[in-house]
Amino acid sequence: MRVVLAEDLFLLRDGLIRLLEAYDFEIAAAVDNGPELTRALLTLKPDVAVVDVRLPPSFTDEGLQAALHARREFPGLPVLVLSQHVEQLYARELLADGSGGVGYLLKDRVFDAEQFVDAVRRVAAGGTAMDPQVISQLLARNARNEPLGGLTPREREVLELMAEGRSNAAIAQRLVITERAVAKHTSNIFGKLNLPPSDDDNRRVLAVLAFLNGG
Amino acid sequence: MKIGLLSAVRGLALALLALPVSLVLFIFSVVFFAVTFPIGFLTFPLVVGLVRAYANARRRLAHAWFGVEIKEPYKPRPRFRRGLTGLFQRYRWVVADPATWRDVLWLILDATAGFVLGLIAFVLPMYGPYGWVLAAGVWKPIVDAGGGDWYTFIHVMNQDDANKAAMLGVVYAVIGLWLAPRLTRASSLLSRGLLAPTRERELQLRVAHLTETRSDALDTQAAELRRIERDLHDGAQARLVAMGMSLGTIEHLMDRDPERARRLLTEARESSSKALTELRDLVRGIHPPVLAERGLGDAVRALAMASPLRTEVSVELPGRLDAPVESAAYFAVSEVLTNAAKHSGAQRVWIDIRHEDGRLRIVITDDGRGGADAAGGTGLRGIERRLGTFDGVLALSSPVGGPTMVTMELPCVMTSPRR
Repeated sequence: MRVVLAEDLFLLRDGLIRLLEAYDFEIAAAVDNGPELTRALLTLKPDVAVVDVRLPPSFTDEGLQAALHARREFPGLPVLVLSQHVEQLYARELLADGSGGVGYLLKDRVFDAEQFVDAVRRVAAGGTAMDPQVISQLLARNARNEPLGGLTPREREVLELMAEGRSNAAIAQRLVITERAVAKHTSNIFGKLNLPPSDDDNRRVLAVLAFLNGG
Repeated sequence: MKIGLLSAVRGLALALLALPVSLVLFIFSVVFFAVTFPIGFLTFPLVVGLVRAYANARRRLAHAWFGVEIKEPYKPRPRFRRGLTGLFQRYRWVVADPATWRDVLWLILDATAGFVLGLIAFVLPMYGPYGWVLAAGVWKPIVDAGGGDWYTFIHVMNQDDANKAAMLGVVYAVIGLWLAPRLTRASSLLSRGLLAPTRERELQLRVAHLTETRSDALDTQAAELRRIERDLHDGAQARLVAMGMSLGTIEHLMDRDPERARRLLTEARESSSKALTELRDLVRGIHPPVLAERGLGDAVRALAMASPLRTEVSVELPGRLDAPVESAAYFAVSEVLTNAAKHSGAQRVWIDIRHEDGRLRIVITDDGRGGADAAGGTGLRGIERRLGTFDGVLALSSPVGGPTMVTMELPCVMTSPRR
């Protein structure tokens, strides 16, 4: 699987390259600034891009802008965005085109190599990987509002994992419950949030986030 | 037409006010200063107090009626001691302030030139209708009584003359109405010459203001640095020390007790995670990353998304602001939002941000219960001080029952247009 990597800190870029190569990814390009990232994304069209939000030369959100630009050229181009901080605002922008293949994680998540690589693969496959922090921010804000307040604690747990982009099987494993129990929870959640049920993992995430943003 | 009439009436009001009040105060000032000992010594400060109150009222009137802004020039009132020394200090305070003497000069100018200008502003437009009154038949009884009225250069002896007078009256009315607002404004400008602070005084006032805001800014900054130092010391730094210790122990245990070493490793990783979280929160408090990356508009949008209140944000900024102004504005908005969420009982908040005429203007309105008070220690004072460093101002309107509206204005220039 071919990866374009953009990270301006040498140590981190080096670490990411080693990590991804250890898990049999092929590094198509590893760049350290915005313009080069844009060029790499448009010419190499990788299977997945791992991109730091803040890049030279402006040290603003160059990485995010380059990713969004490339996704306008190639809709659905899988992009996993890394950052020192997560903002709902950016999550919404990344998800806005509704074509999936988007991840948005704190850099800390790289510590857990297994989980991080899992997220990269999920994004490359057209799924989503939202940082738990994005979800918990959303839930914290909406905790007092109906109908989110009407969810049971278990259902909230399931919703959080669902919004991270995990499948029912993965959720079942994580919460140590049966897949059937997860399916029951999800249909309850969809019912309480007035979301049309769907099988597609990615569409589930989009529906949940659209609801949370609109709420 | 309306403006002309209004100015004419205001001119008359001003003339009627100027003649008695200004004249009397002028005479009082001169007399009580002249008889310094022993009565004037006591009473002159009192007279000056009256003069200042009156001059201030006229300053406000000049702004409200004629759009001429006049700032107060007086030296700040010091703390007086009790007894005779205090009286002497008070006397010195008013006598040594040049503004006192400029006020006195203004009083006599106002009672003369101001009075005349105001009167003309009223009489000229009113003289026109008098011509029409003559033409309507009033000329006749005057002539019958053996008179013969001169309307300017027309000697009104019959209807024909009276008609000419009426026509001339139209000219008077038109010119008068055109002239009235200009005359009253000229009079106000004349007053400003003496009532406004002199260039020197203005600079003194400015220096005093800058000294105060600078010391505020330094205080806030020092407090911020202390907070950051404490947070780093108790937070990330302590966690790194703990991690270093854990790693040392792990090195020691690796061969002898691999199981315990593994447990310690997990702990160390958790420690590093926590240190990162703490650093992230700290950075957010110093300068939020989204502000650095996107500027004020999106940073406030991000704030709005995180707020428990339903918040609508509208932003009209053609580019990025200067970084310090941006930061000050951001934290001000953040503070106001927090206040609204905590105290107002509001459901919704509207934030409007725009840049006009070299000023950044932020209006935050909520639908809460109102009754907020800047002096009530709700953090608004702090915001005011912070904005003061940038010559910014804060206005609060919060009638009981709501809504609460906070308006902030900061002079600033826009820099690089966004992308």
